[in-house]
Amino acid sequence: MLNSIRVLVQNDDFDLGSEYQKLLANDTENGAVVTFTGLVRDYNQGHQVLGLTLEHYPGMTEKALETIALEAKQKWPLGRITIIHRVGSLGLSEQIVFVGVTSKHREAAFSASQFIMDYLKNDAPFWKKEQTTEGERWVEFNDKDKDALSRW
Amino acid sequence: MTDILFFAQLREQLGCEQVQVELKEATAVADLIGILVTQYPQWQRYLTNNKLLVAVNQTMVDKNHTIHPNDEVALFPPVTGG
Repeated sequence: MLNSIRVLVQNDDFDLGSEYQKLLANDTENGAVVTFTGLVRDYNQGHQVLGLTLEHYPGMTEKALETIALEAKQKWPLGRITIIHRVGSLGLSEQIVFVGVTSKHREAAFSASQFIMDYLKNDAPFWKKEQTTEGERWVEFNDKDKDALSRW
Repeated sequence: MTDILFFAQLREQLGCEQVQVELKEATAVADLIGILVTQYPQWQRYLTNNKLLVAVNQTMVDKNHTIHPNDEVALFPPVTGG
């Protein structure tokens, strides 16, 4: 299917090369692919981060991500969409999230990727707990993530 | 019975991941929180935090939403994925 939505919530890491190939396989009509990968960073909200644990709400998570992908499809002419989000324990620089979008032209693919990440940050039930040099802490919601929705 | 699920920091604050409440009729989210506080007074300061988010049947709703007796309700802090 050239317009399919693929949503995965998993403990395992994912391979950028194979996800890229899946987005493009057997598709000659879409000439733009945009991918975004989010990684575990070593510094956040004033704390030195050693790693993190991601909790989620099984069932709702997948549903929320599918809803966001469907909304993106209504706003832009898109081909395939892949959203992968990991859960469980992750070390520094490990991949957390992947968003890949294909479209005929780059504008739609760039915008849809941003839209998906902005809504994922507000609506998908994931929570990060960081291990820091001062102990464990739950990451606080960043108001700029809410503000980002106003552009859509 | 209505299942109420708690996640993340709220789950740790309450020391509990799930309770069941018997609702006899449709009840607003805000009233359900009132029922929980009556049953578990020690939870008041956590459940009355106005940043808490609510999902009913795995869809985010606001606090005026009406809950039906067999719904699945979840309460959790603002999300921080991505």
